[in-house]
Amino acid sequence: MSNITSTLNTIKQRGEKALITFVTAGDPDLATSEKIVHALVEAGVDLIELGFPFSDPMADGPTIQLASERALAAGTTLRKVLAMIARVRQHSNVPIVLMGYYNPVFCYGVESFARDAAEAGVDGLLLVDLPPEEAEELHPALRQHGIDLITLLAPTTGADRSARLASAGEGFLYYVSMTGVTGTQQVDAAAITSSVHSLQQLSSVPVAVGFGVSSPDDARQVAEIADAVVVGSALVKLIAEFGATPHLLDEVKSFVRKLKMAIQSCP
Amino acid sequence: MYQQPDSRGHFGQFGGRYVAETLMPALLELQEEYSKCQSDPSFHAEFDAYLKNYVGRPSPLYFAERLTAHLGGAKVYLKREDLNHTGAHKVNNTVGQILLARRMGKKKVIAETGAGQHGVATATVAALFGMECDVFMGTEDIRRQSLNVFRMKLLGARVHEVTCGTATLKDAMNEAMRYWVTNVRDTFYVIGTVAGPHPYPQMVRDFQSVIGREARAQMLEAEGRLPDVALACIGGGSNAMGLFYPFVEDSSVRLIGVEAAGLGVDTDKHAASITAGKVGVLHGNKTYLLQDDDGQIQHAHSISAGLDYPGVGPEHALLHDLGRAEYVSITDDEALAAFRLLTEMEGIIPALESAHAIAHVLKLAPELATDAIVLVCLSGRGDKDIHTVAEAMSVEL
Repeated sequence: MSNITSTLNTIKQRGEKALITFVTAGDPDLATSEKIVHALVEAGVDLIELGFPFSDPMADGPTIQLASERALAAGTTLRKVLAMIARVRQHSNVPIVLMGYYNPVFCYGVESFARDAAEAGVDGLLLVDLPPEEAEELHPALRQHGIDLITLLAPTTGADRSARLASAGEGFLYYVSMTGVTGTQQVDAAAITSSVHSLQQLSSVPVAVGFGVSSPDDARQVAEIADAVVVGSALVKLIAEFGATPHLLDEVKSFVRKLKMAIQSCP
Repeated sequence: MYQQPDSRGHFGQFGGRYVAETLMPALLELQEEYSKCQSDPSFHAEFDAYLKNYVGRPSPLYFAERLTAHLGGAKVYLKREDLNHTGAHKVNNTVGQILLARRMGKKKVIAETGAGQHGVATATVAALFGMECDVFMGTEDIRRQSLNVFRMKLLGARVHEVTCGTATLKDAMNEAMRYWVTNVRDTFYVIGTVAGPHPYPQMVRDFQSVIGREARAQMLEAEGRLPDVALACIGGGSNAMGLFYPFVEDSSVRLIGVEAAGLGVDTDKHAASITAGKVGVLHGNKTYLLQDDDGQIQHAHSISAGLDYPGVGPEHALLHDLGRAEYVSITDDEALAAFRLLTEMEGIIPALESAHAIAHVLKLAPELATDAIVLVCLSGRGDKDIHTVAEAMSVEL
């Protein structure tokens, strides 16, 4: 079982819910990002989603678009992100999922990417513009190197397709809480309950919910139904606001602790 | 036998459906609905009737006699897509897609636009069928195509200014995709070129193929034989694909696509994705893209807003790799000179996009024998570009 699934399953067996956070690597720069990752782990994040920037983030709202722009302006490349992950790995075993768009990975070369990413300590990969139909080129290389390819499911995904995708899931299933781009609407926990529960029935891996989870209260509501909660844009906003100040890491840790407390109060 | 794409939308290694999961069900539904229409005579009858009575097809095939004499080589024929309703080939495709949207019960359409021709063509058919229309357009293009922006508004469309990235066609397409992800349940995305996720490259090619089918028949009637060369400009490549497709199996016909070289393909200001790009994935398909070593998409540049795009339709990428079509490039300056020459010599003001095709004819025709025939797609008229041309000539209007 992968580091991702075993970590999330352990949390599940304790009767708890997992907290997953997304930040863009290289925002505001790679050195600060590395400190942010350590701060996240210290504050109790269970799994780190690390975005690698792309020039054309078609599935992202303004917050993460701007984070990508800042990261690119700071000279961030996929190679440098892998090097940063390798440094993080010397201090922490926290599961790390790289998240982004396919082109930088394709351009890197799928074989060399899978090898280098595994060597750096990447546990999973989530590509928002690579549906399972197009994954044949990449998937064997990831499998060979023990990297989970995380599957996304959306509210528009029909029952048959959901069943097919869920049963083939690796690491965890990522349920997109709404039809939209990241960070633009608020999650409606009641509206997604039955979808999330049916995915949990169909899947052998835990189910995480993301998109639109921005406050501790959102996180608590989502944690009541899902195995894991993903918070992205809200944290990225905080980094945008405090990125240039000495309070950044304290702000990040304090926000994460609030999220963590909110979901720990869940059954 | 040339049969592309495969059932999953791949043109060899190119094409495909590289989109967010939220859009996958919509694309699968669209593909299913489109294949029903392909085998439904009533859809074709409806499409043909609108092309005839609304768009004004068939568009003429015009022998450019003075230009031919001036060049002293091959006979030059122009396929006059500039004479279509709305002034460009774009409307062929928007008529097809809006009929499909109606069959699917959609009430709202969206579109991205560069030069504004596709935006105008979409706003036009939306007005025709009383549908809501939102068009996404980059700030830079809004500036250089203000006439088309006003036309779209008159037609009842909302024009959304896209300020992010390079504020041109690529970014307009990103924003249209984002809007579509958010409103996919009731919104039909009318893509304007032979790019994007499957089935768009195929569907747009099929709708635009009326250009090549007509031109082929008209050429046989005028000359009793096929042309030696069929030539068109390429941004995403819809007018070129529409011209080329009915000739793909005629191996005697050279197919030439003309990309925008901007300030030169050896500079960083051009839009020649096949000539100078490499394979990658953007906007739902795998194709040739202008990108750096880290897979970040680079800024395209062309004086022509419609060619100002860092990618190209996947079928062109395949035709290039198969060696079936040749791809060349023309600079801003060469296009401007051709724009002026065609205007003065034939009394036809071409779109700056089409002027790229003409500019290559100026190089090619004199090298060919006088009994050779070059067929050029004159994809649009140049009224929309008057301000850009005046600016380039340092004339104040």
